[in-house]
Amino acid sequence: MPLPSLQRRQLLALGAASAAATLASPAAQAQQPHKTQARIVIAGAGAAGLAAASRLAALLQGARITLIDARREHFYQPGFTLVGGGIKPATYVTSSTADYLPPGVELLTERVAEFDPDGNRVVTESGQAIAYDFLIVAVGLTLEYGLIEGMSPALIGKHGIGSIYHSPAAAEATWQAMSAFADQGGRGVFLRPATEMKCAGAPLKYTFITEDHLTRRGNRGKAELVYNSNNNALFSVPIVSEKVRMLYQERGIQVNYGRVLQSIDPGRRLATFKTAEGSEEQPYDFIHVIPPMRAPEAVRSSPLPWTADKNKAWAAEGWLEVDKGTLRHLRYANVFGVGDIAGVPKGKTAASVKWQVPVALDHLVAEIAGKTSNALYTGYTSCPLITRLGRAMLVEFDYQNNLVPSFPGAIAPLEELWVSWVMKTMALKPTYISMLRGRA
Amino acid sequence: MKELDPLVFLAVFQEMLGPWLWVLLGLAALTTAAFIWLLLHQRGIAPRRLVFAQLLGLAGGALALVLMAKVSSSGFTDAAGPADWILITLVFALGAIGATIVTYTTLGWCRRSRKQAG
Repeated sequence: MPLPSLQRRQLLALGAASAAATLASPAAQAQQPHKTQARIVIAGAGAAGLAAASRLAALLQGARITLIDARREHFYQPGFTLVGGGIKPATYVTSSTADYLPPGVELLTERVAEFDPDGNRVVTESGQAIAYDFLIVAVGLTLEYGLIEGMSPALIGKHGIGSIYHSPAAAEATWQAMSAFADQGGRGVFLRPATEMKCAGAPLKYTFITEDHLTRRGNRGKAELVYNSNNNALFSVPIVSEKVRMLYQERGIQVNYGRVLQSIDPGRRLATFKTAEGSEEQPYDFIHVIPPMRAPEAVRSSPLPWTADKNKAWAAEGWLEVDKGTLRHLRYANVFGVGDIAGVPKGKTAASVKWQVPVALDHLVAEIAGKTSNALYTGYTSCPLITRLGRAMLVEFDYQNNLVPSFPGAIAPLEELWVSWVMKTMALKPTYISMLRGRA
Repeated sequence: MKELDPLVFLAVFQEMLGPWLWVLLGLAALTTAAFIWLLLHQRGIAPRRLVFAQLLGLAGGALALVLMAKVSSSGFTDAAGPADWILITLVFALGAIGATIVTYTTLGWCRRSRKQAG
């Protein structure tokens, strides 16, 4: 790395170098684009869809690439925790899909209403059928607030209810609610759903951030904090789960296992959880609601998800039946699933997208070129797990629950470090945007 | 899996700084060239000017740390492990060296133009 000689750049360089190393994959290869007339449909223009579109546009010449998504705004979702924590404004995470659209890719601002993999076509909400030779499903997931009785997104920011996942505006409203709680104290209730979810570290981070705000305002003694885990662990990687358990104990955060939020009564500020024995009522002054998550309806009602005989839970939630190493559909060879929709064991995160997309596209382009690819996704993902304002643990792991640190011996994965916080706040967003542009 | 590609670094810096990346790179190149030119033409270092530049360099290092804290939304008590202290040392050192070179070069050129004018 060349050493610059001007201050600002020097400062930023350090953070960026670290983050780029964390998330960086080989940049889009500087190879000649492959000539083809293939029709490729990318359903979904989130992180995975845009990254795939940018890379494909660079890798192929003459292909007809259609990107379909009804939403014109693009959300930098890894930043939602920072908005909800009062560290960044909502504008930090909001931009426009058109800003990242590569030349030559057609954007259709509609929702895919039907996937017809047997007929090799998708049908949009307006009834337009689009045929494809290859389909990349990157539609993300749906937040099912309605599956919690009494809960609705309209309640976020009111009656002590927060939920950073919903949108940038909801994340900001959550910050207002949490900040009011940090001023007064009381009972703070935190949880995670029993379904697969995006960024499983966020519920833990948000508990830590709330605890730190209370402490900094001198109100920690006036507050009781309770974290409700849906199963018997705090995180799917055992060594990380144990570390978080130790930190929660040290910070006086009470942990309940086997609790799933069933209903909420905003008027009485009462949350009801399902337990192994039945149900349990928990009063709250502030609650951070994370809803069940599942595949969008159009995917669930298509032949694309896992089937119940192979994976009952994933079939019920509708995740795409893809090979976990290649992201290729197990029954429809011309279909790939990347990002949150992929039915793979770990990591519905931007870091997963970063590594999944190049692998899936390598297989797709190899097939167009009449070759085979041996690219393999090992499940690598990363989670800068904020443990207080100014510190985080840079947790990186794979399908086998191995820790796979980018800087072994320098940045310990289970150590609360400022340098990991610096990566999260300074360098991850530029790295993410570079990924959308197919440059990282 | 974690191969480091210089193009990735360039892309990330471009996203981070926008057009400022090129402005700063240009200024860095210009200052370095001016510094080397000064060293060659004055056949060595001017000790008094260097000491003064180093004093300002200390302020530059401190300023670098303040700037770093601001852009990373950090406080001044966040450092925890050895990696943090290494980063702090690096930021301070780079800020200090950068400010020293800029000060030394600027003073050298000012003195030179005054001499020529006189």
